Amino acid sequence: MPLFEDTPAEHAFRLALRKFIAKEFTPYREEWDRNRAVPREAWLKLGRQGYLCPYLPKEYGGSNLNFRYVVIMLQELTAGDAMCIGVTNHNDNSTRYIYHHGTEELKRRLLPKCITGEAVACFAMTEPGAGSDAAAITTKAVRHGDHYILNGSKCFITNGMFADIMIVMCRVESPDVDPKKNYSLLCVEGESIKHIRRHQFEKIGRHGQDTAEIFFENCPVPVGNLLGREGEGFKCTMQALGRERLELCIKAQVYADECLKEALAYAKVREAFGKPIGNFEHIAFELAEMATEVEIGNTFLHACVEEFIRGEDITKRVSMAKAWIPEMCNRVAYKAVQIFGGYGYMAEYRIARLYQDVRAMPIFGGTTEIMNLVIARQLGFKPIF
Amino acid sequence: MAIWIEKSECIGCESCLEACPVGAISMRDGLAFIEERCTSCGACVESCAQGAINSDASAGDADISEFKDVWVVAETMHGNVRSCTMEILGCGRALADALGQRLCVVLAGKGVSSQTEAMAENGADVVYLLENNRLEEGRMLPHARAISDAIRERKPAVVLFAATPFGREMAPRVSRRLGVGLTADCTGLDIDPETKNLLQTRPAWGGNLMATIISPDTRPQMSTVRPGVMKALPPEPGRKAEIMHLKVNIRPEDQRLDILKLKKESYKHVNLTDARIIVSGGHGVGSKEGFGLLEELAGLLGAEVAGTRIAVEEGWLTPDRQVGQTGKSVCPELYIACGISGAIQHSAGMLGSKTIVAINTDPAAPIFAIADFAINEDLFKVIPELIDALKVRGDEK
Amino acid sequence: MAQLDIKVLIKQVPNTAEVKIDPHTGTLMREGMESIINPDDLHAIEAALRLRDAHGGKVTAISMGPPQAVDVLREALGMGADECFLLTDRAFAGADTLATSYTLGKCIQRLGRFDLVIAGHQAIDGDTAQIGPQVAEFLDVPQVIRAITLEIKDNELLAERTAEECTEVVKCPLPALVTVTKEANDPRYLFIPLLMAAFEAEAPVKVWGSKDIGADEASTGLKGSPTKVQRTFTPSHKKKIEKLTGAPADMARTLVDRLRERRVL
Repeated sequence: MPLFEDTPAEHAFRLALRKFIAKEFTPYREEWDRNRAVPREAWLKLGRQGYLCPYLPKEYGGSNLNFRYVVIMLQELTAGDAMCIGVTNHNDNSTRYIYHHGTEELKRRLLPKCITGEAVACFAMTEPGAGSDAAAITTKAVRHGDHYILNGSKCFITNGMFADIMIVMCRVESPDVDPKKNYSLLCVEGESIKHIRRHQFEKIGRHGQDTAEIFFENCPVPVGNLLGREGEGFKCTMQALGRERLELCIKAQVYADECLKEALAYAKVREAFGKPIGNFEHIAFELAEMATEVEIGNTFLHACVEEFIRGEDITKRVSMAKAWIPEMCNRVAYKAVQIFGGYGYMAEYRIARLYQDVRAMPIFGGTTEIMNLVIARQLGFKPIF
Repeated sequence: MAIWIEKSECIGCESCLEACPVGAISMRDGLAFIEERCTSCGACVESCAQGAINSDASAGDADISEFKDVWVVAETMHGNVRSCTMEILGCGRALADALGQRLCVVLAGKGVSSQTEAMAENGADVVYLLENNRLEEGRMLPHARAISDAIRERKPAVVLFAATPFGREMAPRVSRRLGVGLTADCTGLDIDPETKNLLQTRPAWGGNLMATIISPDTRPQMSTVRPGVMKALPPEPGRKAEIMHLKVNIRPEDQRLDILKLKKESYKHVNLTDARIIVSGGHGVGSKEGFGLLEELAGLLGAEVAGTRIAVEEGWLTPDRQVGQTGKSVCPELYIACGISGAIQHSAGMLGSKTIVAINTDPAAPIFAIADFAINEDLFKVIPELIDALKVRGDEK
Repeated sequence: MAQLDIKVLIKQVPNTAEVKIDPHTGTLMREGMESIINPDDLHAIEAALRLRDAHGGKVTAISMGPPQAVDVLREALGMGADECFLLTDRAFAGADTLATSYTLGKCIQRLGRFDLVIAGHQAIDGDTAQIGPQVAEFLDVPQVIRAITLEIKDNELLAERTAEECTEVVKCPLPALVTVTKEANDPRYLFIPLLMAAFEAEAPVKVWGSKDIGADEASTGLKGSPTKVQRTFTPSHKKKIEKLTGAPADMARTLVDRLRERRVL
């Protein structure tokens, strides 16, 4: 379901990507799910065709592509069952911090590898004791001369298991910063990676996408790997928050659309008691409601995307979208499985995999509950925080 | 179309030399001279700023009434005229009769005179023999030369080629040389009773659309005809035809392509989604060996082999050949379902097929509800018969 | 070895593989049909690029069509072609293969010397496979149809191509024309920086009309087309189940006859 009308260049990009995904990713999804990993070769192929960090300017090897292309990539990857490859996380949630806040030296050294796929990036904020309450993180970086020594752990990190570059939110202890406001972003890579341990989580869905727990044990990080200034960590991430939440909504909307498509197609051919099941009133009404919710989600998301592109403040509306659309897509997925009957519970059917995948959507990137808190504040209330 | 230089107008600027794509213009005594190799493309006419080059071309310049007779260009394989030629003769007979004109065969080749009797017996009124040692089987350029020259000389109203790989490569070359139209892969040919034009019907858009084509203003009207569609006439032993030897002049430029070697193996690209015909098997096939029979049928039809989930799970087929809800979706022109019950898990993947043939011993099998042709019989009895029936009509050897 | 000048002929076609039939009228639904690059033409571009990458030189993509056919030329640039020409003009419209071969041929002549012309074997809308041979005849060069492998050595083309019963290994002098099918290669994907550059103002896309190629308008478009479509119709899709009866041999023969009647075999 389109969110906007593609320009000729965007359309050409979309079709090229769709074709690439259909041949290089979709057929391997099951194998990658079973292996609990995407081979590095898949990243290198993406890099070879120019799909990694295409937002970067041409002098870095990028194609200077704007947010609309991010939308296209999200849509095509989700619809093509290729979300197991954390491309958008690498492109939009991780490498951008290097580009916007890293030193020239860091950018020149790391970004070319991020474009080819030789280096895969991840973003590490969440900790075992700090999820929604991000300010409660305890990972600490103590400055010693020209290095920080990093200690702590992060969890639920997308791309974390195989990443070569980690953007880590931590609390920096240094004479130059107020200990109450010392949240900072460090870029952990190269030699520093040798001082980490990691462990892959076993999830209930999205098996191909590696999600890791990462332990930093006296991990040395050069001072030059600081992104932005000490104490500016949350300032950097706040700037990206709206866009990141919008991106999750775009994924969730595509999931909802795909679940609906599956259910519609099935209800037209599956027969019981002498007719296609879609012609029984209760199922027809169910499908009607699902279709209505998907349509409403698409319409609202379209508006949010337009506003974001125009540069408007979308805090309230994107929070509403993040609160509602992932929940809606779970409702649609649930009903779609029910329509499939027994087959909906069988792992080899696409709807079963989609059902597993969507459960994460109302949780990560800002839970439904936190979104409601944000909205409530926008409405003028001060819920206990 | 003839092209000539008006010597009085030529100023020797040599612009036409550059314009000529085949280098057929040279300078003689300071004036342009058009050589024999000129293909009458007319490029030089426009290039001359002095207007010193003329041609006798004009729109619709052919005097249509001068062109008579229906020609069939025979194709041989391993020395014998192919059955597709006989089929086209069968169809050509009806066309010639409708026009009140003669049916002629063009027999071009090396040592092909032995075939003239067969041509006469299969309906030809005239056999034009174009014999030359350079007209070996499979040599397209010399054949194109000989046939184009013959057409220019004899002016047929209709020329039909077989739409074999050879015919489909040669006929367009001839059509371009003569500057006339060519309709490819015809499955229907008739004469319009009013205009007497040839009505050429053929599939387009991958078979989704049929078009009837006419070439009203140029002669000859040329078509390639799909093999296996027309019906040959029963041969009349002893029937005689007029035999005419036409001069064949093969030139050096007709021999630019060298065939160095023939290799037996052919390249096959497995692709269910693009396949025009699919032979598919299910539980009823029973074993991997059973699939060997389907493979034989598929080989004859140039088809791909596919199957149901059961066939894959039993190891009779590789997973990439599975058709169904959890396999591939296909929409070929012809889907032959052998020993397949037709449960929705499979049929959802092939419902889009244009023609469905179902072979199953169970008369209540759901597949019969979606089939165009229902054969309630054991596939192991029917498929060998199908193979035989196909061999009888299509065999060359 | 001198650098190769290769021309590739490509066409924008409706995606006839995804055709929809109107269930009420039984006719083709042409609205909303997406346009794609003819599948065989992707293999032609790939073949050209491989030769250029091996020998050096230039790949020029040429397409005759309406203005939106520029999309397929941009795809060619996105794969790595060096420049492209869109031949578009009202005088070109309504062309059959003869008129099209004239137009394409004139353009190639206008561009000067070339070593090789590569074309897709068959377009999925016309299904004629005539353009390759007709352009070859217009240019008066030898042709290798359905080539699988291509090699250039000492100004000669060495190729393997599929004939009806076997594969032929052939040789001919350059310049020559070649057609390819999907057996020839696996086309590379579009490279995004090149694809995006193809949409910029400085992209090497030239739009030429009748005057640019020096065409005789009596030879292009509808005027230059000896073949004309008298009518089109969709073959009947009505589902009428025919139960075959009798002995297996009889059923088999009847089936073959029926399938031939339907023009399926």
